Amino acid sequence: MSAPSNSPMLSVKDLSKHFGDVKAVRNISFEVKKGEVFGFLGPNGAGKTTTMRMITCFIPPTTGTIVVDGLDTRQQDLAVRTKIGYLPENAPLYNDMLVSEYLAFVGEIRGMEPGRRASRIDEMVQVCGLTGMTGRQIGKLSKGYRQRVGLAQAMIHNPDLLILDEPTSGLDPNQIVQIRNLIKKIGEEKTVIYCSHILSEVSATCSTILIINNGSIVAQGTPSELMARATKGNRYTARIKAADGAAVQAKLRSIAGVSEVSVGAPADGYLPVVIAAEADVDLSETLFKCIVENGWSLSELKRESASLEDVFTQLTRG
Amino acid sequence: MNNIRAIAKKEFRSYFISPIAYVFIVVYLVATNFLFFQGFFIINQADMRNYFGLLPWIFLFFVPAITMRSWAEEKKVKTLELLLTWPVSDLEVVVGKFVASFCLLAIVILCSLTVPITIMLIGKPDLGPIIGGYAGSFLMGSAYLAVGLWVSSLTENQIVAFIMGVVVTFILFIIGNPFVTMVAPGFLVPLFNYIGLGNHFESVGRGVIDSRDILYYLSVVGFFLFLNVRSIARRKWE
Repeated sequence: MSAPSNSPMLSVKDLSKHFGDVKAVRNISFEVKKGEVFGFLGPNGAGKTTTMRMITCFIPPTTGTIVVDGLDTRQQDLAVRTKIGYLPENAPLYNDMLVSEYLAFVGEIRGMEPGRRASRIDEMVQVCGLTGMTGRQIGKLSKGYRQRVGLAQAMIHNPDLLILDEPTSGLDPNQIVQIRNLIKKIGEEKTVIYCSHILSEVSATCSTILIINNGSIVAQGTPSELMARATKGNRYTARIKAADGAAVQAKLRSIAGVSEVSVGAPADGYLPVVIAAEADVDLSETLFKCIVENGWSLSELKRESASLEDVFTQLTRG
Repeated sequence: MNNIRAIAKKEFRSYFISPIAYVFIVVYLVATNFLFFQGFFIINQADMRNYFGLLPWIFLFFVPAITMRSWAEEKKVKTLELLLTWPVSDLEVVVGKFVASFCLLAIVILCSLTVPITIMLIGKPDLGPIIGGYAGSFLMGSAYLAVGLWVSSLTENQIVAFIMGVVVTFILFIIGNPFVTMVAPGFLVPLFNYIGLGNHFESVGRGVIDSRDILYYLSVVGFFLFLNVRSIARRKWE
């Protein structure tokens, strides 16, 4: 029944969703390969949750198609659902139920035989670190444990595709690390879509990242690819002791590969200089030689490469 | 079918996890017994006519109390978003919830069998109208439940669901009452008489179980469960 192994786990084509006049998702297309941990990143309200709701068959798209492991969400709705495990934002759970009752209920809804259900529940309790918590009422659990119950619920039927919407929101730093490690472990065998508005979350766990803003895709690639496209080339900052600021600027500007030099007001006898380079080549040595040849002295030379945070702010600003 | 059973089982259990079911059963039995028996010995007749006369009014407040939580809570806590991404159809969820609420109502109604038993101990009642009355209670209760569930699916506030449930069932009940049909325009009277939730209950309560009355209640249930499915599916084209 499942498609060939080299075909994508999820393929989204020209997907749009409009709520009246509001265009929540605008014509996005992307693919998630099998076995990949895919980061779906965007600021709040960018259309992440709407996209996930469409993939999980909660709402249909306005236009476009979603194919999960060869099955179309519109035509084979129920079959698609069996392939997906979903943890919505804030892990909505039935607060009045016990953890064990809840997992048994989900197993039943997922059509699992009582025997398999019991063994899967035991397994999930192990994997998600819920040992000793099965007799607790869900409403009385801490946020971190609720999130784990949500994860256990999403994985109980051993889904091919696991969709996690903001799985670490509202957790404390320790819990975030724990959940992140858990997801990493899960990601070794499963295809995971990880939605977040926090970049460091996604860059720590995902092999591919897609950035969405105002319903449109603004960037996609591996974390290093994204970093490369952040700023063109590199920036260097230096502190140079020289009498004539204008001469410094002119000399440095004449070096091949340097696109811009700005010299600030002197502080403690040194001029702060910012040098922008066009290409992604290391110019540190050339810069150093130039400074020494001109008889200036140097107290600091630093090469800065753009961080992923920069990419994210750049792409999603405004 | 398995999905309906799983949902119904879970919903039914959740009535008993919170004190809601126990409170409901106790208050219902105390209220109906008190209201009935205070007049029973004065009239001094071994029948349950007055008991069944009370029921449409009692149900008016009790049945929306059973159903108010069903959808409103799921919407508020957002568990609906998860529930409807599991491999179940909207219809299965609706039917599952209906079955669960019906089971609770059935338990309540069966608990009230102490009344006819008491009457049988002290007199010789005619069993026909009593059996008819109980059959009617199940049918009318089902109709109220379907209305209440639908109303609950329209809001995420339980209190609103309760009040709206009372209002909607009251309208459906009063519409067939002489109080309304006397002043309603002539051409609407037969329609109102037919739609009125209480009218069919009276004829069943006389001990005459007419297939038309059964059909009426089943179609009310079907109609409101259908509306329920539609209102759950509304998310799809909003």
